[in-house]
Amino acid sequence: MESIQFVPGTGAESAGSVPGMASEGLHEPAELLDQATVDHHRAVTSLIEELEAVDWYDQRVKATGDQSLADILAHNRDEEKEHASMTLEWLRRRDPMLDRHLRTYLFTSLPVTEVEAEAEAGGGQPPAAGDGSLGIGSLKGME
Amino acid sequence: MNHLHRELAPVNEAAWDQIESEAKRRLTTHLAARKLIDFSGPHGWSHSATNVGRTGSVSGPAEGVSALQRRVLPLVELRAGFSVSRVEIDDADRGANDIDLEELDEAVRQIALGENVTVFHGYQAVGMQGITECTSHPPVTVKPDMDQYPNVVAQATDVLRRSGIDGPYGLAIGPEIYTGIVETAEHGGYLLFDHLRQILGGPLVWAPGVQGGIVLSLRGGDHVLECGQDLSIGYQDHDADVVRLYLEESFSFRVLEPDAAVALRLKG
Repeated sequence: MESIQFVPGTGAESAGSVPGMASEGLHEPAELLDQATVDHHRAVTSLIEELEAVDWYDQRVKATGDQSLADILAHNRDEEKEHASMTLEWLRRRDPMLDRHLRTYLFTSLPVTEVEAEAEAGGGQPPAAGDGSLGIGSLKGME
Repeated sequence: MNHLHRELAPVNEAAWDQIESEAKRRLTTHLAARKLIDFSGPHGWSHSATNVGRTGSVSGPAEGVSALQRRVLPLVELRAGFSVSRVEIDDADRGANDIDLEELDEAVRQIALGENVTVFHGYQAVGMQGITECTSHPPVTVKPDMDQYPNVVAQATDVLRRSGIDGPYGLAIGPEIYTGIVETAEHGGYLLFDHLRQILGGPLVWAPGVQGGIVLSLRGGDHVLECGQDLSIGYQDHDADVVRLYLEESFSFRVLEPDAAVALRLKG
């Protein structure tokens, strides 16, 4: 298994050094975490990196005066969007609650702040409508 | 809506949460095979077969035309039903967080047993061979005497190592022997469980459905459970008293490297 560096300290301390979520390590001792949790951390970290890359490429596209370079950077930026989508789908398949929220909010046309109320009023997917998966997946390494 | 028809079930959100949470907790305990082998997927309910990359010859459809037919391993669908009292479901909405899910617990035990047995010993009716059926090594015989286990497990890991199969290794062991191992302290008070873990370099897994034991490599790429739909809860039907639900999954299992496991066979 790939080794993951444990960064001592509280989540708040780590979050102070990297906005949003520390991506360089785990917030809890590795020996207290099962493999599924570590893999989940890997996926979340990867998703953050992909979206961050989209942002960086986007700024460079807007900043450069060379159209041929802007075209390449825009192509690369859009590749990162594909990577982010794939990782998000991996997470959704393993997280029933994330699945439920994504099914509520994604691909809707109402103002986003009105989607939840609409769903609760019966206009959207019922609460238990998810794909029904318990999201167990691999348990390799667990005892 | 998908084929699980959960939207049709008269089950409130609080009860769904308890049912799913209970199922997941118990399945994680019982699904022994997944703790030791590779898991691929989930590839979705519409995923019907595993590509094995092989062909079989068939006669050509016309003069001068030869033909090969692709071979696949079809996935099997496993399902275990259970009922939940509608009174209990209504109570969950009132805040009861201890609703009676006894039948769910039994369904969890049954479907996990089905998955474990298929992986470890095979499921002939659907053409899936288990690890003990495929292994290229003769079984290592073990007597019920717990003191023998360190030698037996070391012998099994030695067989794997000599075959060029790297560790770490894991041990799947039936519940009765597992309890015996956990309860046993060797000379000097060293726990047998810890000693075996040290020899294996990997986990010792409580494995309902395993006959005897199996030592196998955890290096990856040797044993693959390919999942179509991962374990899910669906709705069957209901009456005035109960709602009938079920646990369901679809998967195939293949041994890619027959050298990567050794069976421990109980003697006497």
